[in-house]
Amino acid sequence: MSQRLIFEVGKPGRKGYSLPKCDVPVRVIDEIVPEEYLRNSDPELPQVSEVDAIRHFTALSRLNYGVDSGFYPLGSCTMKYNPKINEDVSRLEGFSGVHPALPDCAVQGCLELLYKMDLMLAEITGMARVSLQPAAGAHGELSGLMIMRAYHEHNKEEQRKKIIIPDTAHGTNPASAAMVGYEVIEVKTDSRGNVNPAELRQLMSEEVAGLMLTNPSTLGLFEENIIEVAEIVHNSGGLLYYDGANLNAIMGITRPGDMGFDIVHLNLHKTFSTPHGGGGPGSGPVGVKKELVPFLPTPVIQYRDGHYMRDYEQPLSIGQVKSFYGNFAVVVKAYAYIMTMGAAGLRNVSETAVLNANYLMNKLKEYFHLPYERTCMHEFVLSGQTQKEKGVSTLDMAKRMMDYGFHPPTVYFPLIVKEAMMFEPTETENREVLDEVAEILLHIAREVEESPELVKGAPYRTPIGRLDEVKAVREPVLKWTPPRKNNE
Amino acid sequence: MKIPEGIKYSKDHEWVKMEGNLAYLGITDYAQDSLGDIVFIELPAEGDVLASGQPMGVVESVKAASDVYMPLSGTVKKVNNVLLDNPESINKDPYDSWMIAVEPTDASELETLLDHVEYKKLCAKL
Amino acid sequence: MSEYMSGTDSERKTMLAKMDYQAMDQLFHDVPTKVRLNRDLELPMPLSEMELARHMKALANRNVTTGEYSCFLGAGAYDHYIPSAVDHVISRSEFYTAYTPYQPEVSQGTLQAIFEYQTMVCELTGMDVANASVYDGATAIAEAANMACRIIRKREIIISRTVNPQYRKTLHTYARFNGQRVVETDYQGGATDIAALESKINSETAAIVIQNPNFFGAIENVKEIAALAAKNNILLITSVDPISLGVLKPPGEMGADIVVGEGQSMGNSLSFGGPYLGFFAAKGKYLRQMPGRIVGQTVDGKGNTGFVLTMQTREQHIRREKATSNICSNQALNALAATVYLTLMGKQGLREVASLCLQKSHYAYKRLTDNEAFTSCFPQPFFKEFTVKSRYPLNELNHKLLADEIIGGYDLGRDYPELENCWLLAVTEKRSREEIDRLVKKAVEKI
Repeated sequence: MSQRLIFEVGKPGRKGYSLPKCDVPVRVIDEIVPEEYLRNSDPELPQVSEVDAIRHFTALSRLNYGVDSGFYPLGSCTMKYNPKINEDVSRLEGFSGVHPALPDCAVQGCLELLYKMDLMLAEITGMARVSLQPAAGAHGELSGLMIMRAYHEHNKEEQRKKIIIPDTAHGTNPASAAMVGYEVIEVKTDSRGNVNPAELRQLMSEEVAGLMLTNPSTLGLFEENIIEVAEIVHNSGGLLYYDGANLNAIMGITRPGDMGFDIVHLNLHKTFSTPHGGGGPGSGPVGVKKELVPFLPTPVIQYRDGHYMRDYEQPLSIGQVKSFYGNFAVVVKAYAYIMTMGAAGLRNVSETAVLNANYLMNKLKEYFHLPYERTCMHEFVLSGQTQKEKGVSTLDMAKRMMDYGFHPPTVYFPLIVKEAMMFEPTETENREVLDEVAEILLHIAREVEESPELVKGAPYRTPIGRLDEVKAVREPVLKWTPPRKNNE
Repeated sequence: MKIPEGIKYSKDHEWVKMEGNLAYLGITDYAQDSLGDIVFIELPAEGDVLASGQPMGVVESVKAASDVYMPLSGTVKKVNNVLLDNPESINKDPYDSWMIAVEPTDASELETLLDHVEYKKLCAKL
Repeated sequence: MSEYMSGTDSERKTMLAKMDYQAMDQLFHDVPTKVRLNRDLELPMPLSEMELARHMKALANRNVTTGEYSCFLGAGAYDHYIPSAVDHVISRSEFYTAYTPYQPEVSQGTLQAIFEYQTMVCELTGMDVANASVYDGATAIAEAANMACRIIRKREIIISRTVNPQYRKTLHTYARFNGQRVVETDYQGGATDIAALESKINSETAAIVIQNPNFFGAIENVKEIAALAAKNNILLITSVDPISLGVLKPPGEMGADIVVGEGQSMGNSLSFGGPYLGFFAAKGKYLRQMPGRIVGQTVDGKGNTGFVLTMQTREQHIRREKATSNICSNQALNALAATVYLTLMGKQGLREVASLCLQKSHYAYKRLTDNEAFTSCFPQPFFKEFTVKSRYPLNELNHKLLADEIIGGYDLGRDYPELENCWLLAVTEKRSREEIDRLVKKAVEKI
């Protein structure tokens, strides 16, 4: 079922474009650019017609599985439905054809949308202002931690160079912390799935800049000690950072700001329905409490005298973290989503997401080990350790799920649960889908008992079988090599 | 699980074999087994002085990367460059696949390491 | 219930009852009362689909667009032609509603497209390896600087003032927090002053960063700067305009170590600044120090060719605080647009687009400087952007041109105090002779 590479299709002379003839007097190229600066040979790009190109990429698309294909319970990724109208409005010429370096007076529509989005996200999270500048969740984390460090430095507390991160955290948390020069201290999760307040108290000191927390955590559990945790961190001068990966569980129910968080990053591509695009683009706004507003990245969108503007005059700002202002077209889609849902709709989203997760968890815990027996939030983590004892791993079961037509959950994360399977059904799904998925998983659990070899060989019905990842690293082939270069 | 006699072991699953005044270091069968197919390693440079417990290299499989720690302090005298190109030999024979040879700073540190019986007990508990 | 959720209210009640809950609220019993919101969020009243469409249209109508105006503005984002087929491909929901291809068996479409993209980036830049893309041209430089510091094990970066000011600002922000020093070096006649650059290299320098063509549009002497870097055992990071590589020599052939750039020009709409993509390529020996995702080719159990994310131990989900970067996405859909664009243009089309840019920008340059209102700023050869000095304040000139539905050039005085009233204009293949003539006529008229 392999699809030939685009480079292996086509012939010299075929073309997939049409351009107007040059309507200005043509000069000889090396008269205007010295020959030493010019390319000697053309790059080996494809030579195909538009038909060939469309058929090629259509064939590739068929090898993919997306939210529109079916159930996609990838934990911590919030693979909810991506509304179609949002795609349409983001492509309006009045947005897609706007040059980002135009003066403010020529882009009032874009600026108004950004300003209103900032305020709406601030209301949803309980923050004072939100910058839409960061391009993705990890970029939002990085910006948020820069704000934290700039704040402490401004207060003459340069010694705060350590950050506390729970052992359940996403890998981006410690990676982002390292990029702002922070040393990571890990805090352990207790047997109920909470941060242990006693341990946290011991770890806090004048050298600690803050705590990064995902709440609900990556175990899908609400941090029961959140009030105490916030007090401990604040009492010793630290700041509380909220990783917004799991905001889909709590909209309209509680807000990071009310829980005591000082800095928040959001993932518009998770909670606010913008599509993941096969790995991007995302958008990772960062919001802060009032005293941290001066440190937000520039520009900040302001509304003054009936006019929206980009404000670069922020002396304490961490500065610019990318070109121009954020992944604008992604923000447009998320804005459209919030405008469609409203307050009641967003609360309904969170309630339904939590309901769906609990419903599926209750069905699945009969067959799979549930390490933390609590009411879950929008996702839950099972362990495949019972099945592992029979020689079948979580990876095997994940591959088997594809044979039954749905995407596997997140596997082997969080790291503290052995053979972890993390399900996030989202609010999108209805009861029939959840019942059907539970049936299939029950069936797979039976297969593990009765014919483990079958599960270990999965998948069988996908376009390609399990791939040799060891070979991919040992003998890396990272691009196609033109035949001419092979002969050299 | 192979745990040969006559060499020393650390709690972090490194082995130490003395030959003359040099200590040869590698990772144990247990370590290679839990990592899976080893695809890449990183080693220190000759002449590096490293203290016991300090990371001296990295061993990687497709989905994991593990630091390798110094089981004792010393100066790196030899680096097994052949291993850099064939890291998979660690999977085949971990005890023949030495990574570096060091001149120990303090020979008494060797006594703090585990013998094969003690190491076997440690592995049994994991 | 919303149309974006499949369940019904009565279904929700049944599901709650099945779990012995009486009310939805009980699912949230772990949320302490003290931190509950206990009121509705203050958000605008929800809109129906047609109301939303109307609302969005009204906002969109308040912007100036390149569809209606003649655009001569570049400065890091360009109004190039996007073939219709590009949007049709990236609108296939199998592509845009998929997640990161962590499960390769159901993601071969995304993975193979990235593999093709990596190949095209290597072909364009003349480099050995490319990643699956980073956020944009600015962050690509910051990531490259980080990578260079790791490789050379030093912490100072020298960047030319001819590099896009936004890229420099972004680099300064990243560097401030991860303990790197950024030194800026000046230009001479519109291109990096190589003697000044050489004098700044010291024992702490890890890399030099230049842009080609640079922010003023001028072509840099990459070869000489690469030789300087090589002589000092430091790296050369070059940011390039991918369209220019249709005619200009690839940086890989001139000795660059890391090549990055803003990929928006390749099939991505302007969209007020994003999402774009940063392409990122390097010499093969630096593969393990690259940030971001990389796709590799391998085989399945039956020997069929397939693609996987590879070299993942560099990345945050495995290496955590020791990762080469915190980045955990790529601009996959934007990279797909670039791949479709380069596929359609092909080797012939890219050369043609580049040639059109070159010819038209030189025509515009000549027409403007034939008037005494505009004088040449720099002697350097240029590609699609150039700088002229205006006798008239640019802020006013640009505003007046807007009234004539012309988007004028970038005012360099905003970032370079010494370049007051210096006008940076971009002329792409989309600008007709008539539009260029009209720009010249109107601009001279205003003055």
